[in-house]
Amino acid sequence: MILTNIESVPGMRITGHYGMVSGSTVRAKNFVKDFGAGLKNMVGGELKSYTELLEEARKEAISRMIQQAEKLGANAIINVRFATSAITSGAAEVYSYGTAVKVQSIEG
Amino acid sequence: MGDIILILLLLGITYATGSILEKNHFKNIKQREIALVKKPVVSFGKKLTTDKKVKKVEFVTGEVVISGDYFKTFVSSFRNFFGGRMVSFESLMDRARREAILRMREKAKNANIIVNTRLESTMLNNCDDTSNNQLPQVAVIAYGTAITYER
Repeated sequence: MILTNIESVPGMRITGHYGMVSGSTVRAKNFVKDFGAGLKNMVGGELKSYTELLEEARKEAISRMIQQAEKLGANAIINVRFATSAITSGAAEVYSYGTAVKVQSIEG
Repeated sequence: MGDIILILLLLGITYATGSILEKNHFKNIKQREIALVKKPVVSFGKKLTTDKKVKKVEFVTGEVVISGDYFKTFVSSFRNFFGGRMVSFESLMDRARREAILRMREKAKNANIIVNTRLESTMLNNCDDTSNNQLPQVAVIAYGTAITYER
């Protein structure tokens, strides 16, 4: 599966559109990590456990989007975008969406 | 009386830790930006067409969560009262965005160019709720398309 966030796949030709696909996830860390992050929050700096959380959420959202695209028979997703929101403290929602397409490499 | 001493102590400690961490972080960011200065990263390229032969197209992301400290929040509450630039939070957002972009670029070290870079940011705790007096946590995701040309 090829992902891009531009309107084409460079070096390839789009042969079919399958419409919009999306994937979303809401994730939270356990209370021990929340407590640790709360302490770290007082002194400042990067919150590593929440960075991890965001990374996991992003991966999960993308994999759900890819699953949906595979079901439609697409082999690429173009114009991928993210939207994030804070639902409650310590939890992250990541929503990713794009257009599923079929691409073919331009030969020669 | 005891409460005031505790708050002053907390302010002193968090001022020291916060400023040291921020200084080191900015130093680190500068070094990494200099190391990557020859790799272009651009925010255009949405309708990219190229004549060059493309070897690989990759979707790259970088994410980071940076927190403010107790001292910054305390100082900015005064600033909020009188109005004006909140310098302490400006540097916080700047750090978070630059760090996210750097992480994205470091994932695509072999690519020739990263096009259509976009940034998405959110607060992990609800900062609108001032009654809770929560400390800010900025989450930033940077994403773009890394393109590698054939030589």
